[in-house]
Amino acid sequence: MIISLGHYLTLAAILFTIGVFGIFLNRKNVIIILMSIELILLSVNINLVSFSAFLGDLVGQVYALLVLTVAAAEAAIGLSILVAYYRNRGSIAVEDINLMRG
Amino acid sequence: MIPAIFFYLFAGVSIAAAVMVIASKNPVHSVLFLILAFVNGAGLFVLLGAEFLAMILIIVYVGAVMVLFLFVVMMLDVDFTQLRQGFLQYLPIGAFIGIIVLIELLLVVVTWTIAPDVQHAIAAPIPPLAKMPNTEALGHVLYTRYIYFFQAAGVVLLVAMIGAIVLTLHHKPRVKRQIIADQNARTRSTAIEIVKVRSGQGL
Repeated sequence: MIISLGHYLTLAAILFTIGVFGIFLNRKNVIIILMSIELILLSVNINLVSFSAFLGDLVGQVYALLVLTVAAAEAAIGLSILVAYYRNRGSIAVEDINLMRG
Repeated sequence: MIPAIFFYLFAGVSIAAAVMVIASKNPVHSVLFLILAFVNGAGLFVLLGAEFLAMILIIVYVGAVMVLFLFVVMMLDVDFTQLRQGFLQYLPIGAFIGIIVLIELLLVVVTWTIAPDVQHAIAAPIPPLAKMPNTEALGHVLYTRYIYFFQAAGVVLLVAMIGAIVLTLHHKPRVKRQIIADQNARTRSTAIEIVKVRSGQGL
């Protein structure tokens, strides 16, 4: 029983789908939406690393490292926006975030 | 045989954990399941021979980002049951879009072929493990050919750090703070005053 590239790509596709599904399912909870985005980025990283391993090219791992950096920065900024918003409004419900709609 | 068993173990646990992330009632449980998913992803990276990325995933994600998530979830005093109302209302549309995305992705996965000339277009071939470990090989590539990307990643992290500090730093009014520059700027003439007090009269 040999594990091919297709196995890893299928796993990444399933994880990506779960992440997209989570964004729709938890429309009201920003924290779960941020966690779903982290899941999507994990699936992208699995794709990059599996292509890197199966094609024998190290650049995919470099790119996965950059994706990890951006994901960490995104989580930090998103959570700090969330904290600032909660401090101002006392709520983090997504449907309350409509001040700029005009 | 052993790698296949471990692949199915890690893949199954990470998919189950991902489902629990989006389905569990308590956001703290969601964060803990996300940690489980990331640890299993790190196991898959080890299986693929990317040990450095696996360790980075555990250190950066489980060690830093997920602890940040836990902090925020526990710091915000939010009624999460109220946020879950309408959970089932979005289930059909979410399932519809999710299934469409999954079918598209699986069509791509099933029908792809690798172009035959891709073997000649490899930018940085992975050296054999006996000659050079993964971390060293990654460093050889990252610090030479991709040094500008490395620097750009550092700039991204710096911007994120400054942005997070600017967004969350918040000075309360009417709190007395020590201003060291003002303290150091005091001189003897501004600080003390010599008064001759006559006896019996006071100031």
